Amino acid sequence: MERTAIRRRLTWQVATVTDVRRETGTARTIVLEVPDWPGHLAGQHLDVRLTADDGYRASRSYSIASAWSDSQGSTIELTVEQVPDGEVSPYLVDVLKVGDPLEIRGPVGGWFVWKPEQDGPVQLIGGGSGVVPLRAMLRAHAHTGSTTPFRLLYSVRRPESVIYVSDLKELASSDDVDVRLVYTREAPAGEPRVGRIDADVISKYAFTPQDGATTYVCGPTPFVETVADLLVAAGHDPARVRTERFGPTGGPR
Amino acid sequence: MGIVSPGFTGRQRGGTELPPGQYLTRDFPVLSAGPTPHVLTEHWEFTVTSETGEKYRWDWAALMALPAEEITKDIHCVTRWSKLQTTWKGVSLDTLLADVETGADYAMAHSYGGYTTNVPVDDLLDGQSWIVYEFDGEPLDPEHGGPARLLVPHLYFWKSAKWVRGLVLSDTEDLGFWETAGYHEYGDPWKEQRYAGD
Repeated sequence: MERTAIRRRLTWQVATVTDVRRETGTARTIVLEVPDWPGHLAGQHLDVRLTADDGYRASRSYSIASAWSDSQGSTIELTVEQVPDGEVSPYLVDVLKVGDPLEIRGPVGGWFVWKPEQDGPVQLIGGGSGVVPLRAMLRAHAHTGSTTPFRLLYSVRRPESVIYVSDLKELASSDDVDVRLVYTREAPAGEPRVGRIDADVISKYAFTPQDGATTYVCGPTPFVETVADLLVAAGHDPARVRTERFGPTGGPR
Repeated sequence: MGIVSPGFTGRQRGGTELPPGQYLTRDFPVLSAGPTPHVLTEHWEFTVTSETGEKYRWDWAALMALPAEEITKDIHCVTRWSKLQTTWKGVSLDTLLADVETGADYAMAHSYGGYTTNVPVDDLLDGQSWIVYEFDGEPLDPEHGGPARLLVPHLYFWKSAKWVRGLVLSDTEDLGFWETAGYHEYGDPWKEQRYAGD
């Protein structure tokens, strides 16, 4: 796996779609067979390139949703959330089908990653489709048999917005993994709290600064800004808070 | 080489000329690896350290006392968004480096929060880079690198270090934060130098 840290040239390769799974009304998981995939670290991403029949191209980066192990052959998974007015995501969510080719290039990124050998517990905090790279870390944790304590705080709008429902249930059955959902608009029956992640949620459910955890926060920019600020205000060392943001800042400019 | 993606038509072609692989945005997205540092101007300091170890310092008042320029430039992020005609105010690196005695070829920008990025000295001079503290006529938001960031608009935007606090000059090229994590050491958007080896 260390070879992913070597500065080598990344080339485009043609993957084949072997399965697709609808996760929510707007998100889909795509299973890809990639014959020459070099392996990846949990949390890394890749580039997808689409080509129209007149040669026009568009590329975007997506987090890899699966963990890599040699035993699973050469399969990787992407989970794509449709961006309103997007150019690439609507194709990946609604048009691409089993048997189609898809050009990809990767893996990329050496910071927002979890390695099984790294020290300390792991706090994952995801907003919406920001859960995708965190799921790869949970998968890596499960299949390497790691006993590192993992906690996932997952912020969603409503129960129907949850990506990886059955997967999360299975992962949460491990003694070493705690999964907690936070509903911002509408909660399921029996869950009284509706609201965003705040200082109270962080102090109740996240590892404390004394636990020496590495925290991974991924989601839309305003979500990540808020959560990272809450963590720092609660006394967490900023150097142990890794973030990945996507989308606009939410401000007028 | 390459394939055709069955059923993909894409957006309308033509219009603005962007570097290869980029798309236009009117938003101002953020790429940062950690929490946003909140640095007060009364504590802010910018230092240039030459290859012989000599240090040159500016506090906020000293920066404000230097001649400022209004800058209008297109910016290109390696995550593929480009934003056109962004307007900034700041001090040219030509001004800041004018009295620095150096023959160094390489600079490492250091930021509050620990971020680093490497830029050749030749790319910092001749009206190519600035320390900026206003965006769109307003003080620069912390999210976007305030109180002051480096602006090197002819390279991918990760080179424009947010929360900049200094430059360390050197005769040898070291790699910064994203460059060590697999991104290109130079980052020319027009040559699409995104990742190592591109």
